[in-house]
This record gives sequence, structure tokens and C-alpha cells, in this order.
Amino acid sequence: MEAGIHELTAAYALDALDAEERRAFEAHLATCESCQEELASFASTTEALAVAATGPAPRDDLRDRIVAAARAEPQVLVPFEPRRSRSIPLLAAVSAAAAVVALALGLWAVRLSGDLDEARSSLDVLADPDARTVALQAGRGRLVVDPDGRAVLVLNGLGRAPAGKTYEVWVVEGDVPAPAGLFPGSSGAELVDVEGTVDEGDVVAVTVEDAGGAEQPTPPLVVASEPV
Amino acid sequence: MLERQLFAVARNPVRTEPTGALVRSTAMEAVAPTVLALRGSHDRFAMRKQHAHLSDEALVALVARGDEPALGELYERVGRVAYGLALRVLRDERLAEDAVQEGFLAVWRTAAAFRAERAKASTWILTLVHRRAVDLVRREERRRAEPLPEDFSTRPGQSAEPTEEAAWLRYERERVQAALAKLPDTQREAIELAYYGGYSQSELAERLGVPLGTIKSRMFAGLARLRELLDESAQEGSWKPEFTS
Repeated sequence: MEAGIHELTAAYALDALDAEERRAFEAHLATCESCQEELASFASTTEALAVAATGPAPRDDLRDRIVAAARAEPQVLVPFEPRRSRSIPLLAAVSAAAAVVALALGLWAVRLSGDLDEARSSLDVLADPDARTVALQAGRGRLVVDPDGRAVLVLNGLGRAPAGKTYEVWVVEGDVPAPAGLFPGSSGAELVDVEGTVDEGDVVAVTVEDAGGAEQPTPPLVVASEPV
Repeated sequence: MLERQLFAVARNPVRTEPTGALVRSTAMEAVAPTVLALRGSHDRFAMRKQHAHLSDEALVALVARGDEPALGELYERVGRVAYGLALRVLRDERLAEDAVQEGFLAVWRTAAAFRAERAKASTWILTLVHRRAVDLVRREERRRAEPLPEDFSTRPGQSAEPTEEAAWLRYERERVQAALAKLPDTQREAIELAYYGGYSQSELAERLGVPLGTIKSRMFAGLARLRELLDESAQEGSWKPEFTS
């Protein structure tokens, strides 16, 4: 190992290496645990330097330009997904009626959104480049399934379950539904872990049930995936 | 503590921006009542509401799945700081916007490679933008001759700042400046020229007329000391100006 290469963690953290030095250090970094730790320990320092640089706000249209540019830009590391979930008109109408928002909820939440620690498993699935995205035939959002069959429902605006009710997730294998977790629902985007595993051909669905959940799903399906 | 503070600044716009967006949309209605503009701002408000309660890391995971509103929400949280940083390095609004845009497009393209257990999402995004800004400034040779970064903070922003966020940014800037002021001059100079000036260590050695090894040592010792000083001041909980007599 080159003498003093550990010292380069600071230059690397400050982006003070030229392109060639950067590549060489990154090659070293990949195998040097102490440099990885050192670099991580500098993260909050360089971030403070970044925050301290803050001046005037960017122009208001920069956000929209970035999102528009992203739309035209392929994402190289993940499988593409349909921009909008397809919906079967009848099911869509049913789900819209069933998803009408109510208030007040119990505390049986399996909801994972917003909390990093709890959401770890669903984040792992979402971050897995080999995970597949499956469209929903009912409801808004999508289902993401990793190669081990772990699955996460990404739902948009399902709404809270009515008072005294809960949403229940089902993994439907052929005609046989198996309970796969309860969640209270939210008016925004949310990540819902599907308990157990999902096999090829299964459908993941959500119903509204009495608080505490049910053994068998009660129609209608407010969310239903295409077969995995 | 510092991490929590950065999260706080990242989150501030979530609480304050919706009001601002509504105000802007009302103003737009009065000045130029185009249906398109209004619909745009309403959509944007709706999108923000959808994603506001997700963590930065969850947003990155959604971005990896092609979720455009999630990218927009990340911009709302980190874009302001990213732009300020790029502007400090590049000293040109158009180039700074390019650096921010390219940084966020790198987020878009490579979000699937991000691992929340290794770094915070905000750190990762700022690193991408900073690196882009540094690469750009190294190509803009003419900027090198200009004086060192001035304090842009005295210039008015183009949109009204949410007060809470502005106050936090001011506090953080003063805290960092106080810490920088405690470094030996040579270390502070190396850090500022590298991070805000975009100079590589070799360029610094040449500019300052000292051996490369000396520059490396100054940067390492300076950054390590800065880390300590910032940890200390973060633990104090509140920054106080120091008066000498």
C-alpha cells in the first residue's frame, strides 16, 4: 500500500483530487475499511461546509426543469416501470369508492413509511436492481418484488381506512388468499411490506376489513396487482 | 446532532413551502391568469403533499423506481443548499444551475446504487452536485483568475425565503465560519480553496508554491480539526458569537 494514501481521504472528501487520482483512490477505498470509516466520518463536516455556502435561492423553475430532464433520461441501473398503472374500469370504479377517506385509526399499524429504521426491509427491496416492478390492475401505485419473493406495495393516496377498519394485504395464489399484513393507510405515498413471500403468478391484493383483520378477504379489492 | 440539523434544514421547506406555493399561485392568477401556470402549481402542491412524510432515503428508493415526484421532493429538500454550494464554487448562476441539474440527474440515473446504510441521502446528493461543480470550474479557466469567493449571502434571493429555513442556514453558516476561523491559516486556506474554489491538490501546491505532500497534510489535518470543532459546537447546542473583550 502506498505510504500516506490514507491521508487522501480528506482530499477525496473535499473533491480535491483530479480525475486520475480520484479513480486510483476509489480503487483503494473499495478494499480499505479504515479509509471507508474515515471518509464516512468526514461526511457531516463537508456537509456543514456545503450548508455554510448557501446564498441566494435558485430560480423557481429549476425544479421543474430537473424533473422534465429526468423524464427524458433513461435510468441505467433499474428496470423500467410503466409510468401509470393500468386499470380495469370496473375495478377502478370500485376501488375509488372503497378508498374514500375516513378518520381515526387504531394502533395496529404495519405501516412503514417515513421511518427509516422500520422501513429498512422495504427500502432493501426497492433498492434491489434485480427486483421487478409489477403494475396494479386496481388502485394507484405498483408492486415491487425482489428475486427472493419479498414484496413491497408502493401506494399513492389510498387514504386512511375508515374508523374501526383496517386495510389487509393478501397474497392470492391461484384462488387461495393468504393474509399478508395489516396497515392503516395514508393519504400520501406509502410503502407497505407484504408479509411472507410472493411467487410467480400470485396476485397481491388489499381489502378493507374490521380492525384486527380477517381470515378471508371481504370484497371489493381496493388494490390488486397484475399476476407477478 | 449535526445530522439531525441537516435533516431539519432539509425538511423545513416541507413545512413552509406549501404556503409559499399558494401565495405564488395567487400572484400568478392576478398577474397572468394562464390556466397552465395555475394547474402546474396545483399539481406541484399535490405532489409535495403526497411525498412530504417520506424519509429522504425512502424518496431515493422511489426515485430508483422511476418516481418523478419523489425526485422533485428531494430537490425541494436539498436543492437550495446544493445550488448555494454550486454557486459558491462556480460563481455563475447558469453554470451553478447546470451543476445542480446534472447532479440531480445523476441521482435519477443511479439511485438504485444508493445504499441507505452507507450514507445519508442528502450527503450523497450534495457530493454529486459538488463534484459536478468542481469538474465544471476546472474547465472554466478564466474563473481561476478572479478573486476568491465572496459572501453571496448578502445578495437577495430571487424568491422569498421561508424565515425558519433562512435563520437555520444563517446559524449554520456562522457556526462553520467560527470553526474555520479557529483553524491555522494554512489549513483553512487549503480547505477553502479546495472545497469552495474547486482547486485540486496539485493545483493548490502549484498556486501556493509548496510541496504536494504539504498540501495533503494541511487538508487532512485541517479537515480532521474542523470535524472536531463542528462536533463540539454541535454538542453545545446553540452557537453564540464570541466577543474578544
